[in-house]
Amino acid sequence: MADDRGLLPSEQPVRLLDETGSPVAGAALPFPAKERLLAAYASLVIGRRVNDQAGALVRQGRLAVYPSSHGQEACQTGAALALAEGDWLFPTYRDTAAVIARGVDPVEVLTLLKGDWHAGYDPYTHRVAPQATPLATQMLHAVGVAHAARLRGEDTVVMALCGDGATSEGDFHEALNFAAVFRTPVVFFVQNNEYAISVPLARQSAAPSLAHKGVGYGVNAERVDGNDTPAVLAVLDRAVAAAREGGGPQLVEAHTYRMQAHTNADDASRYRGKEEVDPWEARDPLLRMEAYLKRKRLLTKARRAEITERAEAVATAMREGVSKDVDPDPAELFAHVFSTPTPQMDEQAAFLADELSREGD
Amino acid sequence: MATESTKLSMAQALNHALRDAMADDEAVYVFGEDVGPLGGVFRITDGLTAEFGENRCFDTPLAESGIVGMAVGMAMNGMRPVVEMQFDAFAYPAFEQIVSHVAKTRNRTRGRVGLPMVIRVPYAGGIGGVEHHCDSSEAYYAHTPGLTVVTPSTPADAYFLLREAIASDDPVVFMEPKKLYWGKDEVDLSVPEPPIGRAVVRRPGTDATLIAYGPSVPTALEAAEAAAQEGRSLQVVDARSLVPFDDATVCEAVRSTGRAVVVAEASGYASVASEIVARVTERCFHSLAAPVRRVTGFDIPFPPPKLEHFQLPGVDRILDAVDDLQWEDQ
Repeated sequence: MADDRGLLPSEQPVRLLDETGSPVAGAALPFPAKERLLAAYASLVIGRRVNDQAGALVRQGRLAVYPSSHGQEACQTGAALALAEGDWLFPTYRDTAAVIARGVDPVEVLTLLKGDWHAGYDPYTHRVAPQATPLATQMLHAVGVAHAARLRGEDTVVMALCGDGATSEGDFHEALNFAAVFRTPVVFFVQNNEYAISVPLARQSAAPSLAHKGVGYGVNAERVDGNDTPAVLAVLDRAVAAAREGGGPQLVEAHTYRMQAHTNADDASRYRGKEEVDPWEARDPLLRMEAYLKRKRLLTKARRAEITERAEAVATAMREGVSKDVDPDPAELFAHVFSTPTPQMDEQAAFLADELSREGD
Repeated sequence: MATESTKLSMAQALNHALRDAMADDEAVYVFGEDVGPLGGVFRITDGLTAEFGENRCFDTPLAESGIVGMAVGMAMNGMRPVVEMQFDAFAYPAFEQIVSHVAKTRNRTRGRVGLPMVIRVPYAGGIGGVEHHCDSSEAYYAHTPGLTVVTPSTPADAYFLLREAIASDDPVVFMEPKKLYWGKDEVDLSVPEPPIGRAVVRRPGTDATLIAYGPSVPTALEAAEAAAQEGRSLQVVDARSLVPFDDATVCEAVRSTGRAVVVAEASGYASVASEIVARVTERCFHSLAAPVRRVTGFDIPFPPPKLEHFQLPGVDRILDAVDDLQWEDQ
């Protein structure tokens, strides 16, 4: 794909909808097709429902912790929908909604936060890497997966997700540099939600935007309004296409906002006020998309009902699956450390088994 | 500074230590991730920015290598930085700075450049944390020559060890057992604890010696209490200072009982516990009635929350090991 935009991102984040859900005049990109918009809307509704349900499960003590993407559902949706089936997604701990949107079973995704095991799903089934908790380390893995695919002559694109805080880690910069040097088909998608736990963006970076970091590595970059679903989709679609067609890595920064605390264990009132959070309520991606679809009469009552039903089905599956008490087998602690257990693993497994057999003696 | 006995949690004691050190020495600077207005995710730095201003206690960009590397430079230039690594496993990006520079600078420069800095690392399990939040990483640091490594087990110890660490002219890796942050204890800050380099006998006993440190000390004390009810007298030694190690106190204790078990949460292979066993065996061989045993974590990645309790040394596992110390030969 010919791309004469140059390396620098646009001066303002790309927008297709204004805050009231009206199309903006002179938008940089065309709107995605109707069916795609409706699929995106369904994913937004489900994503919001996933966030709400996970929050409830934390309050019930069923999940140990949940980092919510409430308010970032447009980004979660865009990340999942922009990829083809054979592509890869490298998510973080805050991207549960995107992982579910990609097709991974919600209960398997929540295994980590429930505390039964670490990564609860098979990364190869849906080509979704384990959710990364260390920051930016997964960006390099994404480059490696994409490079391997390219060496084999496959047209796989890899999308690597991270937040604004992670762009300060060395691995983020090494990943951009490696990807650019090897012209690796990776889309680096930064959800800039303005906060790394308590630390605001201004303490994270003095660059004009996070997307501007691309130019130093020779990576095409773009900025997008992260609460404008059609714009996120259009920008990510273009980035994925460019990467697939040999245009090298792409950096996309979405401007959004972390509506809730870092996790339920965090107290956001210690570092930001209601007056800062409130204006973002009006920019809610779900309300904006709904307003647009209504205005364009794209959303029938039947379609809306069907989407609500799907969202409820996901929530029910989460509730039922997560509330099920599973007793993880302690023998499994020794089973996956090496491909073939070492003599020491066998010995220690036997020690624990003996200990457990004597319990209650 | 509190001058008489008050009830403090370890988190509060550490906060007091930072506050007092900052008040006493304007060269002390505190920085890291979320240590400013939030007061750290464990609230250890709570109120420091408000009290001492944004220059003295500040948030950095999210980059551990950057935090430690910048501390090296500030320490080279007359300051005493105290940096926080948010969690044990999040400190690994700083590993190169710690191993190649923090630990070696004095030696590389023939003693001309010392680095008076403290790296605080909340560590170990027992809080039900998800992956990458519960590593027992002390052996990596203890194995690296040039690093002083200490770990408190009581609020009073936390206060005095941290004050001394900040005052030290050498870099100190200060390992804080997360699960002990919130437990309160009477603390008299006018009575200093022994210095870095000294182990402390936390409970007298005559039959066998439990050697523990950090998060395992309360567990060892619990085991000793349980053993006492069964008529066996266990002595508990808190190693506290992993580097330098107090061979004298530990070996004197072991010689007095002739039996020893080392208790630690970290995986046992190539661990601090292994080192303690080796040192004790080399020095006390002729006083030992049985091989020195270890009760440690298994040699596995730290388990998920639901399986964590299988990994952590508990009272029963410690008492089983004590039972194995060849009592029939007496």
